[in-house]
Amino acid sequence: MEPTASKAITVEVNGTVYERDVESRRLLVHFVRDDLDLTGSHVGCDTGNCGACSMIVDGQLVKTCMLLAVQADGAKIETVEGLAAGGELTNLQQSFSDHHALQCGYCTPGMLMSATALLRENPKPSPAEIRKGLQGNICRCTGYWNIIEAVTAASGQEVASNE
Amino acid sequence: MSETIAPSEALVVEETQAPQRGFAGQNVPRKEDKRLVQGEGLFVDDIKRHGMGYAHYVRSPYAHANILSIDVSKAEALGGVYGTLLGEEVAALTDPFFQISSPPGAHVKDYALAVGKVRHVGEPVAVVVAETRELARDAADLVEVSYEPLPALTDARRALDTDAPQLHDETGGNLSWSGLYSWGDVDSAFAEADRVITIGELHFDRFNSTPLECDGALVEFNRGTGQWTIHTNNQFPGFAAIMMGPAMRTGLDKLRFVTQDIGGGFGNKITSHPQLVAMCLLARKLNRPINWTEWRTDFHLTMSHGNERWFLDTQVAVKADGTLLGFRTKAVDDAGAYLRYEPLGGVIWAQVTPGCYRWQHVELEFTQVMTNKAPVSPNRGYSRMQHLWFTERVIDIVAHELELDPVEVRKLNYIKADEMPYTTPNGCVYDSGDYSRMLDVALELIGYDSLDEKRKEAASRGRLLGFGIGSTLDSGTNNFGQSRLINPELQFSGNNEVASVKLDIFGEVVVTLGTTPQGQGHETTASMVVADILGVTPDDVNVRAGHDSYWNSHAGFSGTYASQFAVTGLGAVKGAADKLADEIKRLGSVILGCSTDDLELAEGHVRMKANPEAALPLMACGAIINANNAGLPEDLDVTLNARYVYRPPFEVPDVETKYGNLTLTYAAQVHAALVEVDPETGVYDVVDYAAVDDCGSRIHPQIIEGQVMGATAHALGAATYETFAYDDDGNLLTPNFYDYHVPHAMDMPPISMGYVESPSPFTALGTKGMGEGGGAGIHAVCAALQDALKERGRPLVHDSFNPYHRVWEMLADPEASRKLVSVETR
Repeated sequence: MEPTASKAITVEVNGTVYERDVESRRLLVHFVRDDLDLTGSHVGCDTGNCGACSMIVDGQLVKTCMLLAVQADGAKIETVEGLAAGGELTNLQQSFSDHHALQCGYCTPGMLMSATALLRENPKPSPAEIRKGLQGNICRCTGYWNIIEAVTAASGQEVASNE
Repeated sequence: MSETIAPSEALVVEETQAPQRGFAGQNVPRKEDKRLVQGEGLFVDDIKRHGMGYAHYVRSPYAHANILSIDVSKAEALGGVYGTLLGEEVAALTDPFFQISSPPGAHVKDYALAVGKVRHVGEPVAVVVAETRELARDAADLVEVSYEPLPALTDARRALDTDAPQLHDETGGNLSWSGLYSWGDVDSAFAEADRVITIGELHFDRFNSTPLECDGALVEFNRGTGQWTIHTNNQFPGFAAIMMGPAMRTGLDKLRFVTQDIGGGFGNKITSHPQLVAMCLLARKLNRPINWTEWRTDFHLTMSHGNERWFLDTQVAVKADGTLLGFRTKAVDDAGAYLRYEPLGGVIWAQVTPGCYRWQHVELEFTQVMTNKAPVSPNRGYSRMQHLWFTERVIDIVAHELELDPVEVRKLNYIKADEMPYTTPNGCVYDSGDYSRMLDVALELIGYDSLDEKRKEAASRGRLLGFGIGSTLDSGTNNFGQSRLINPELQFSGNNEVASVKLDIFGEVVVTLGTTPQGQGHETTASMVVADILGVTPDDVNVRAGHDSYWNSHAGFSGTYASQFAVTGLGAVKGAADKLADEIKRLGSVILGCSTDDLELAEGHVRMKANPEAALPLMACGAIINANNAGLPEDLDVTLNARYVYRPPFEVPDVETKYGNLTLTYAAQVHAALVEVDPETGVYDVVDYAAVDDCGSRIHPQIIEGQVMGATAHALGAATYETFAYDDDGNLLTPNFYDYHVPHAMDMPPISMGYVESPSPFTALGTKGMGEGGGAGIHAVCAALQDALKERGRPLVHDSFNPYHRVWEMLADPEASRKLVSVETR
């Protein structure tokens, strides 16, 4: 068996088109991080549990450690690096900072992509809907309370503050 | 589970007078956030180098086995493989790591790779380096290792049996360290007691905080200078350096440690020195940069489990009214297969010997043993959490058995605010605090007044409601002299941290820290302290991200661990900023022709208090000293580059009596939980939760609350979901996030936050180290479960980890746990 068999693929990431030869068994997250050098998306578990590698692929939220890069051939991919187009933080990004919804920041890119996908589908989610929408993303720093607050605020809804 | 999650209004109790405040005390936006929310942080695996190789470990499938042979020929023949490293090379090129322990633990031989024998599942036996991660993994599979399996030791309580499997031939048994701690007069306490409560066995479970980013490094070797640059997420480079240098037979300056963003640490990233040594050897051997990024399963199998501990044959001396006199217990601690930071856990607990209580007479026989499990090392709340769980469990068991109110027993026995600073029976000095008041705040937040109605309402739905308290301490700023209680030969004592603050040529204020933050916002809080001293804004202060031992802001104890930044880190920052402020004033006095006493720093200028128009912008100060200094007085000793080493006031503890002050500050937590149990299944929910914290003066309240929430989440996970479970053969049953369930957003109860602010009299800013949180949530849940189950045969909660099946067991057979406890009336 030849383990290094590769394939040429084309993907569009945050508006830029990339053509690359990629090892057939390389995971999408490693392709984006190692081959495209977009290191904002992270790897936390290798088993699809933690969501740190979440990207939006052809409009769908995807844990990209669960997808081979070759499966993404032809796909349009959004990563955390694409959120603040032109350097302006999105409401959601700003809200994460305002509400201290991040500490170490390792889960944050995946959390932001999940929350972005959630808000596109459901612009005014209830706290329960936010928790359900983010249940695929593990954060070990915050206990999630401030993340739920941040997403609530970013959706233009009032939050009960602990200030 | 409740649908609401928003924290309610914080209940605030201001203590004493408000300290001087500028930016300190405000929720200044975090400097770190802008890069982190854009995916522009720099975590260790983000660093790439030309020609770098990816390392992958070959690991033992056995818990205990002799290594008969290792054949790497097939792996090395695979295209794209750069090379390998074996235990025999490590044994030739390095010396065993220095051992902290006195004998017998001192005799453990621990190397970067297994040499001759493996002692836990997942132990590294070889490393393969290849062109890609995937190839390295494939090649590792081609390494053929022949083992002779040996019986495994998985129960610490059996470790000292004569027929127990022996891990280390050199130690003559599985004992790493033991010591008898005895303070006060325990016999007199029992003579005076009206009641003696005996508890046969309590067990604190094995888990850790599982930071989302696993360990890693990118190591480069400079052949010309013989120096390694170690980009890593190790959170205590000072410790790694003193472990690695002697082992690698090199000077510490040849080991340059660099960190930037670290994806969570919680203590779990302190003991990666064996892996870092392996990568250093490979970088030199293969003459290329080496990336090592741990996979999740690697982390679970091998890294930094929390100390599992039993408390056996506990006896508690109590007066009839619930006054606690003293206790005796035997702690058996499971260090796992190697002593990477241990047996320090054998003394660290003593920082909080009496917990929050006025126990005067304590005897604790500490025995630490080695087993065929992953090595333990610090985990948020390290060693104190185990002991505090014990003291809290004892309080609630005493109250339960004597039919006393756990609230009243606590209030009766808490150390009182007017007794602060309070000297514990073992010589630790609790700096400040008001635990009783914190409890009142927690009770109000949780609605304790209506507890009976809540019980009835839950009962009407067929659910058992329970209420529990966890009152804990987060002792911070270690006196490393406590290590001498473990090993009197050690030459460690005190503590230190460094910061530099300089004014550059264009007036830029630059701060360099010795710390290695993992999300605690050090850049932000340091900038606030500096801004207040130099009369600028936090935006004007550039705090370098991360740590670099080449920055010369590095001391022996530099790092971020053990709840100390707000004292040691900010103490160093304040010291350096004060020095710089003094230099700026001295320069100003020369230029403006006045006394330094006439000057103040404000609005970006050094100016005359009486005449603010007579002012020199900081930019001019920087320019004069750095680039326009002709004609300055010869004796003007001003560099505008101030370095300060903060050193807390400690003495070496007495090794004979084991008496002395082990930590500088004592942040406190009082948490309260309401749980509802389904009596049919044992399934339960935490339905309401209150967390009250006191960490002295608060520099950045939002960051503090974030730490409190995070510590609470860890405690709730540990109480219900998280365990490193082993089978009898030493296989880890929870090696990934499928089997090791960490709480997700759906698991979190509603939380209310409150605080009391008792400034520390012992620190420069009135702050206390915080963040570890003492595991208060574990205790609160245990107590609440015991309360909920009381009417179902009075089972005793005897384990820190209570998954649903254990609760069901207690419901199904309450007598099993009742056998653990007895009350003697005198």
